[in-house]
Amino acid sequence: MVPTNYYLLLSAILFGLGIVAFVFKRNIITLFMAIELMLNAVNLAFVAFSQSLGKPDGEVFVLFVIVVAAAEAAVGLGIIILTARNRRSLNVERVDLLKL
Amino acid sequence: MTAPLFIFFVLAAVAVLGAISLIVQRHPIHSALSLIVVMVALAGLYLLMGAEFVAAVQIIVYGGAIMVLFVFVIMLLNAGEEERTNFSKLATYAGIPLALAVTGLIAAALVRSSGSLPAPVPSGALTSTKALSMLLFSEFVYPFELTSFLILVAILGAIVLAQREN
Repeated sequence: MVPTNYYLLLSAILFGLGIVAFVFKRNIITLFMAIELMLNAVNLAFVAFSQSLGKPDGEVFVLFVIVVAAAEAAVGLGIIILTARNRRSLNVERVDLLKL
Repeated sequence: MTAPLFIFFVLAAVAVLGAISLIVQRHPIHSALSLIVVMVALAGLYLLMGAEFVAAVQIIVYGGAIMVLFVFVIMLLNAGEEERTNFSKLATYAGIPLALAVTGLIAAALVRSSGSLPAPVPSGALTSTKALSMLLFSEFVYPFELTSFLILVAILGAIVLAQREN
């Protein structure tokens, strides 16, 4: 079988790639996708620990993480639509003032 | 190399390549499609570990609902290729070492804490789903009910934010 450490290493690598995407990308929608990537990496670690210990608690946490991610995506994309309408740009560097 | 190990490496390679593709692609819609590839590969890994229910939820909720929402918003806003700025170069020089350091730190911490945990073994047909639902509707029933409120508030928030002002 596949050792637990392999899953954990893959989880860390995906989380790191999520950080790189978050630092690199300038499009506000892509930044949101980077956050989703990091959440997915954490979910992988949760499931790996859960299955390895033989306890389903970790999988319950994964379900909660997915629910929170869905709520976050709905509200976040609403904010993005509002920002894009007000600023006429999706570049995060153009969104640097609290008021218009 | 045994079959599960081979499947793991294939799916892991797909996931990592998808994540790299998310970073390299300039157009948001290409990034979104790359992210879907990562999520499907992760669902395959969950199946490999024997977490069938989480794999199904991953495909339906993440690969389906959330990514469709992303693609809709990208198309709604008519997002084009992202522009590069001077700050992007700074991100290259400062961001990559930082991300490597954080990745190394997390990997070291995870691997050390896992110690000599046994490998995840799929435990027969649907036993893990049964155990999961028993736990979810007994010990975690209050958090489970709270998530429905969270979803309700998120729906209301999204409607209020996205509606056009008169």
